[in-house]
Amino acid sequence: MMSSGLNIWMYSIFFVLLCVCYKSPARNRDTLMELSLQEYFSILQTGKTSLVYFSQDVSADITVFLEELKKAAGPLHNYGISVAKVNCAEEEASKYCGKENDLTKAYLFRGNILLREFPTDTLFDVNAIIANVLFALLFNEIKYITSLEDFENIENAMKGKTNIALIYVRAIGTPEHRAVMETAFVYGTAYQFVLTTETALLEGIGAENSDIISGRLFFFHCKLVLDLAQKCQKTVLEQPLTILNIHRFLKLMDAPLLTEITEDPEKVSTVHLQLGLPLIFILSQQATYEADKKTAEIVAWRLLGKAGVTLLLKDSSDLNIPAHTNVIFKRAEEGVPVDFLVLHDVNSIISRVENNIPIQNNELAKDYEEGEMETLNLGIQDDQVVETVYRDRKRNLPLELIVELTEETFNSIIMNTSSSIILFYANWEAVSLAFLQSYVDVAIKLKGVSNILFTRVNCGDWSNVCTKQNVTEYPVIKIFKEGEKPVIYTGMLETEYLLKFIRLNGISCPVKIVTIEEAEEYLNGELYKELTSYSSVSILGIFSSNMTKEKENFIEAGNSLKGYVITGFYDEEDALILSKKYAVTLPALLLARHKEGKIDSILLPNSDAKDIVQIIKSALLEIFPEITVENLPIYLGLKKPLLILFRDGNLNYKDEIEMLHLVKQKHLETLIPCWLNLKTTPVGRGILKAYFKHLPPLPLLVLVDLHLRGQVSAFPLDQTINEKNILLWLHRVEAGLESPITTLSDEEWKPPLPAYNFLSRMDATVPYTEIAQFPTQNMLRCARTTDPQQHDKGHSEDKSAFRKEAT
Amino acid sequence: MAPHKGSQGLLLTLTLHSALTLSPVPGASLFPQWDYCILGAGPAGLQMAYLLRQAGRDYVVFERAGAPGSFFTRYPRHRKLISINKRYTGKVNSEFNLRHDWNSLLSHDQRLLFRHYSKAYFPHADDMVRYLGDFADRLRLQVHYNTAIVHVTLSKNRRAWNGHFFILTDQRGQGYQCSVLFVATGVSVPNEIDFPGSEHVEGYESVSVDPEDFVGQNVLILGRGNSAFETAENILGYTNFIHMVGRSRIRLSWATHYVGDLRAINNGLLDTYQLKSLDGLLETDLKDLAIVKDSKGRLRITLPVFMAKANKNATAEAVSLPQDEVDNFAMRVPYDRVIRCLGFTFNFSIFSSTLGLAPGKGQKKKYPLIKASYESKRTRGLFVLGTASHSVDYRKSAGGFIHGFRYTARAVHRLLEHRHHGIPWPSPVYPITQLTNTIIRRVNEASGLYQMFSVLADIILLKEKATGFEYLEEYPIKMLAELETLTGREAQQGLFVVTMEYGKNFSGPDKDVFYYDRAVGDVEDAWQSNFLHPVIYYYHCLPTEKEMASRAPGWPLPRPVAIHHIVEDFLTDWTAPVAHILPLRRFLENCLNNDLRSFYAESCFLFALTRQKLPPFCQHGYMNMQGLVGNERLRRHGIESGLMEDYTAINEQPVDQKQGDPRIPVHLTQHATSIKEEL
Repeated sequence: MMSSGLNIWMYSIFFVLLCVCYKSPARNRDTLMELSLQEYFSILQTGKTSLVYFSQDVSADITVFLEELKKAAGPLHNYGISVAKVNCAEEEASKYCGKENDLTKAYLFRGNILLREFPTDTLFDVNAIIANVLFALLFNEIKYITSLEDFENIENAMKGKTNIALIYVRAIGTPEHRAVMETAFVYGTAYQFVLTTETALLEGIGAENSDIISGRLFFFHCKLVLDLAQKCQKTVLEQPLTILNIHRFLKLMDAPLLTEITEDPEKVSTVHLQLGLPLIFILSQQATYEADKKTAEIVAWRLLGKAGVTLLLKDSSDLNIPAHTNVIFKRAEEGVPVDFLVLHDVNSIISRVENNIPIQNNELAKDYEEGEMETLNLGIQDDQVVETVYRDRKRNLPLELIVELTEETFNSIIMNTSSSIILFYANWEAVSLAFLQSYVDVAIKLKGVSNILFTRVNCGDWSNVCTKQNVTEYPVIKIFKEGEKPVIYTGMLETEYLLKFIRLNGISCPVKIVTIEEAEEYLNGELYKELTSYSSVSILGIFSSNMTKEKENFIEAGNSLKGYVITGFYDEEDALILSKKYAVTLPALLLARHKEGKIDSILLPNSDAKDIVQIIKSALLEIFPEITVENLPIYLGLKKPLLILFRDGNLNYKDEIEMLHLVKQKHLETLIPCWLNLKTTPVGRGILKAYFKHLPPLPLLVLVDLHLRGQVSAFPLDQTINEKNILLWLHRVEAGLESPITTLSDEEWKPPLPAYNFLSRMDATVPYTEIAQFPTQNMLRCARTTDPQQHDKGHSEDKSAFRKEAT
Repeated sequence: MAPHKGSQGLLLTLTLHSALTLSPVPGASLFPQWDYCILGAGPAGLQMAYLLRQAGRDYVVFERAGAPGSFFTRYPRHRKLISINKRYTGKVNSEFNLRHDWNSLLSHDQRLLFRHYSKAYFPHADDMVRYLGDFADRLRLQVHYNTAIVHVTLSKNRRAWNGHFFILTDQRGQGYQCSVLFVATGVSVPNEIDFPGSEHVEGYESVSVDPEDFVGQNVLILGRGNSAFETAENILGYTNFIHMVGRSRIRLSWATHYVGDLRAINNGLLDTYQLKSLDGLLETDLKDLAIVKDSKGRLRITLPVFMAKANKNATAEAVSLPQDEVDNFAMRVPYDRVIRCLGFTFNFSIFSSTLGLAPGKGQKKKYPLIKASYESKRTRGLFVLGTASHSVDYRKSAGGFIHGFRYTARAVHRLLEHRHHGIPWPSPVYPITQLTNTIIRRVNEASGLYQMFSVLADIILLKEKATGFEYLEEYPIKMLAELETLTGREAQQGLFVVTMEYGKNFSGPDKDVFYYDRAVGDVEDAWQSNFLHPVIYYYHCLPTEKEMASRAPGWPLPRPVAIHHIVEDFLTDWTAPVAHILPLRRFLENCLNNDLRSFYAESCFLFALTRQKLPPFCQHGYMNMQGLVGNERLRRHGIESGLMEDYTAINEQPVDQKQGDPRIPVHLTQHATSIKEEL
């Protein structure tokens, strides 16, 4: 994709070209004029430059030439050169018409002065015509040389005056030659252009690769050189010689070598960024300014044409730059955050840039070659859920515990059952069928335990029912209870979680506690003994009887947590007894953690239902949790880096002590300290393999920063995991002194395989004429966004040439 | 709004005229008025009335007869409908079953399905009359019976919805004022043809239906549509022979896939003709015929030129006959009866010329010319519904028949709900993870797409960054360029169009639809599918009107960015995981440049800790605590298929750890490689 800066810059080139062409009269702008001798003479009188071909009669090889001449007329016109063909046959002979052997020549005039005659075989195609004509016109501006000596003379003459662009092209009249000539025409005398076709000369100036097969451009920085004995610094254009590349390159050569700023690097914009190149900030401070500047200059010279270099004065700016950072790397893509780096020498800066050549963010999916398509088997299932369900298709699920509802029975069964659960699925949809198996398992487990009625609706059959129930995806699970609003299950599609949800839905939520004794039973887990295994925490809201509003909010919060945690409230006259016992002022929450046998209290001042839900949710978070497949999303939602202790088995007491101590000291507040048990979460092995390529020895402490840059750092294996070492290591990571083990890919998810390209197959078989009638949609943008250049039809050809190179 | 009934008695024809010429006081109408008026209480009129009633709109239906569906009280003359009444499909999905129910109108009332009205596969027309009567009654549709609108004109008014009101006059001279007018009067005027001797011809509309009246007769039938064959079928066993003459070759509906062409149920005469039983078919332009009645009262076929040559008062015997010159002339036998069965035309006569309701061109001249939105080209607010609207898809789809126009009426209603009431086209929003599912559901059950193939299409409008989409059902495909203004929905982020199509070269009167190997089974060749199958087009932006106008012949839409065909299916059941769903998913993925696979929670967990971005399925489900955890059985299948890894089986001891002291070297090499990777 093109950056907008580049766009603007390209338009400015068009503007230059436009100015050139508007000088000339508008008549017959882009076409090859066919003139009589009379007209031809009158044109010569105008003093304009013109390329004229005198035509005697048209033989076959001449028609090819005329075609090319016609193509060249438009571009040449932009440079104020008219192209004409004079018909000799009808008129009396001119001296150019006369002789047989002159037939194969074209003539370049300025006014009526003949500048040059070209044998038509040198004008073999449109590129050759334009290159040769411009070359002839720029005879004084562009020096053509053949020896190293010639070049040294020019170099010496230009020192302190003008920079030199030395260009090697393989031959005169090539597209590269044309590109050079067109650029030179625009830049004129801003540089000394030198052209050569001798490879020997290149070896003389020390070009690295002597067997050069394509054109090269060397920029000699002679303007800065005041001492005649000194050589001019040299920079090579590393891209192919095209108009755009040359323009870009010259623009970069013109930019100041090194700039100094004090502003925020995020906000800086320079010509480099606009041209899609990165920008390097070398951090400096007053004390080391001179030395830093020298380093920066060295870097700038080495990166000339590849990146911009800027000296950032740290102490005169109050920027938020991490300590130890000495280099900042800013990419040209907008919206990409800058990288703060700690680099120790110039080479590492250079390699950083050279290896970070912007990746073309190709929006369109990969194009596959014909042959390549055949080797890919598009018919092989790569969706794990679909495949597993398909492989299980012959199994008969024991569905007898689950009532199938139909359009006719839906209402009557749901209305006449005190409590029922409905699974909406589609008999052809894999995800919902995979879950149907878990659903059956839950029904089996709850058989005889719960009086809830298990039902299902196959949306493949009863799509009307599903539409009415607002089912827009599969599966959807709803619990209907007499006299209550239906509750939609939003938890994991899994047996245990659904079981818990159903069980906890069995009690009203929040439950009203009426006596102090009951409250105590509730808190010590006696009251809902059979449910405490599903909700390890019971929550009790305590209110004095006049706190109506607070109580309402709590009830609302309890309702929305229904099925996930047990909640209850106590608002009797003697609520103060509880308040005193647990030393809280009312309103308050008591959290009974049954596993630990511990009761925490939280004050509830002025909280609405949403806040209360949030308070309860965060109170349910553990301080050093075991990360599992099921609970990871909760902790990732906190958007902090994870500090994971990988263990092959349960926590050992020592690790726990060290980690818990750190946690309790609040040293790890910016992180989520947690641990992962490979025995219960075997996929952890897959994660370690991704980090380390193979399994490292355990236990292992890893810091995973998913939200910023995706860096993964590992606690050094040769150190013991203790409080001090952990803290030290974390500091080093934060300071950027620890290199990450790996950086997680930020690649987008792409189609795993291509699709059949039916459109191209149709194109290949449907007769061509029919296809030709298809208006082809603009593949990249919609018709509505008009191209600002569109109105200028005369330059569409040049423009498309630019486009091709720029994209 | 209640009609101004009080003024009704005062009105006379005289005041009606003055009311039209002197523009009425703004806001105060002299006539009873409604927002929506429907002409005709046939199936299309009642369908629209139902939709308007459900939406709570101010509407009325005017019906010339005393009950709905008066066309069906006379036609078809032989009383057998050729629209199938398929009572059993083996499926319970009511939307799917409408694909095979050609007679019911759309309503919420399950009792109003035609299968409850007849057991016959080809039902009796009286059942249709009874059905339509029940439909109007049960749904309490507001119909003014015995009100024949004899004139329709316009009255300009700046305050009217469309800048004018429609002024209707009934047979009693009573006027009515409407903001929007639906013409659902069908095609009711029998086509006649004028040639010398055409006065001797009987019409389909009045010919005897008693076969006994044809005993031992020679019968010539003009025309070769379903009414001609229906007439022939009735008398086949009573006549000496039947000759049937028409201009074009016979069009069999099984070959053309057009339900209006000759249906197999009527084609007995084709059988007897080809099995040499004296009956026969002839191709001649009817304009080249002339009939003279001889002295015995029998009808002889001759040519108009011979009639012109003969003296006006000359006896029939004096007119020369073709067989006088060519003695083997095919129609040289005298006929006892000539019956005209040439179909019907829309009644244009009641519409004032200011409405600009003009006939279509060529074959479509029996229908008024309308836009693909069913609105008149000239008059805003004037819509043609039902059979009369068939110019949109004549000889292509089912828009001229109940099982087609019930859907086009619904489309028109949705357009008007947006235009006049600010209610955008219904478009539920789904997460992108449901894209494949939603399309699969629709192509498997949607009846509007199936019946109105290539005319109505489902449109999927992508949300920004393709995180979700809106789904618009059964939109008139030819109006795609104007989708935003017509529906009130935005199509800025790309769109899919879901249609159903027959193969491009499969249908036609001269096509062999039974050729060997006609069915495509290979997914790779899906685009060559012949039988009706789903096709999905992808565009970056809405096609422009210009692009719509310059479509390639045979294409319902301009060239898309990408196209997908779901391979034709013998059972029209497109739920096969590998043959139907997988290629569709790949197509959608490649259009969106995304990964639309589903994953178990364990895979999402791995992605969440090893990649910075998640596939949409994990992002939408797992990250919202709704991950899918398969049971052990499914997990085993996953591992066997190679799509899931058995992490418990990963060797716990790294290979290189077994030699020497592993800890430090392992760490260091890791360190070095990771640096290299980063640079």
